[in-house]
Amino acid sequence: MATVAAVIASTHHPFYYRASTATGADRPPFADTWVAKIEAFRETLTKARPDILVMVGSDHFHQLWLDNMPQFLVGKAPYFDANWYNEEREFGLPRMRLAGDEQLAGHILRNGLDAGFDLAFSNELRIDHSITCPIITLRPDADLPIVPIYTNIFAPPLPRPGRFVELGRTIRQLVESWPIDKRVAIIGTGHLSLELGGPRQFGEHGPDPEFDRKAVDWIASGDVDGCLSEVTLDSLHLPGNATHGFMDFMLMMGVAGAGAKADHVDSLDLFHTMEAYFTWYPNGVPA
Amino acid sequence: MSKYLLDKFLYTVDRDPELVERYREDPAGTVDWWEREKANEILNCAVAEKSTWLAFTDDERRALRDHDHLALFGLGAHPFLTLTLFIAMFERDHGPLEYQKAYGRALQQQYALPYPDVAT
Repeated sequence: MATVAAVIASTHHPFYYRASTATGADRPPFADTWVAKIEAFRETLTKARPDILVMVGSDHFHQLWLDNMPQFLVGKAPYFDANWYNEEREFGLPRMRLAGDEQLAGHILRNGLDAGFDLAFSNELRIDHSITCPIITLRPDADLPIVPIYTNIFAPPLPRPGRFVELGRTIRQLVESWPIDKRVAIIGTGHLSLELGGPRQFGEHGPDPEFDRKAVDWIASGDVDGCLSEVTLDSLHLPGNATHGFMDFMLMMGVAGAGAKADHVDSLDLFHTMEAYFTWYPNGVPA
Repeated sequence: MSKYLLDKFLYTVDRDPELVERYREDPAGTVDWWEREKANEILNCAVAEKSTWLAFTDDERRALRDHDHLALFGLGAHPFLTLTLFIAMFERDHGPLEYQKAYGRALQQQYALPYPDVAT
């Protein structure tokens, strides 16, 4: 049977690639600290020795559009091209191509449907920075096959937070029931408080540092019930107009399991948004 | 209200480098052409299989023709789409993050929570 080698939750900051590769006067003052934190975070995945990465993210109106919008979608294809013209334009992100694991994707689709999630699927999916940012930070060689899973945190009506947690629990069960002896890391990215295109954007910190502090505590301690008791679709408007991306963190709390304390916790207060990094080892910390 | 069509304009222009430049240089002409020729194209269908009913309201058309991102926010256009496209058009005329910060400050003068609904 497959083993969940690591569960990883992270923000996805599209400026990391440019900041970490900039030199001289172009290199921002926070770049070295940021790179050091990312390299420590990367080591948490490396030492889990994964064979396959299940990657949870959210398309930012690149391929998925309002004429046909899935709530949850699994990519099932031999390859995934990645990053888009407007991400190259705005963030300097490189074009990439990742291999896919169709067998695991098929297992997740078939058994996810049977478990009560009407998952959409795509056989030709070009993925965006919600998935390539964690590839760049955690596995820059991009040498492992992936199964991308997209969630809708962007185009209302959205599924409620509890549904994200339930999907996370289900993804964990689906991976653990895959009858193939592989080590699978489940990685998901979202946001803490965030404002995009609104009055509170691009401030000195994220738009709601108090929300960020509570969110980090919920995630780090595995406090699923505490998080669900305070977070609703309506409440997520208050910390920032793009904070519904926090529901991907809630999905990852579902993957990690209620009460599961993270084995690695780190954060970095940047302008515009706070970065946060979490790793769990469900089968013990690797040697 | 045709928030969907506003978003469709922003989405289809933002993903096309030539249209980004055309909308920057000639907003009124681009909006008129797009509404006439492109608004009813279903994106994943053969061009002949068009819709027949999509059109901007006068306020929506005016906001797009005037590059008025404040009005677009008020009309419920998806703020991510507006931000991304307007950065593509106008960041180049400003220092680092200057445009994004001014954009936020201008919105602060007109809007507070709860923000206009973006649901389509």
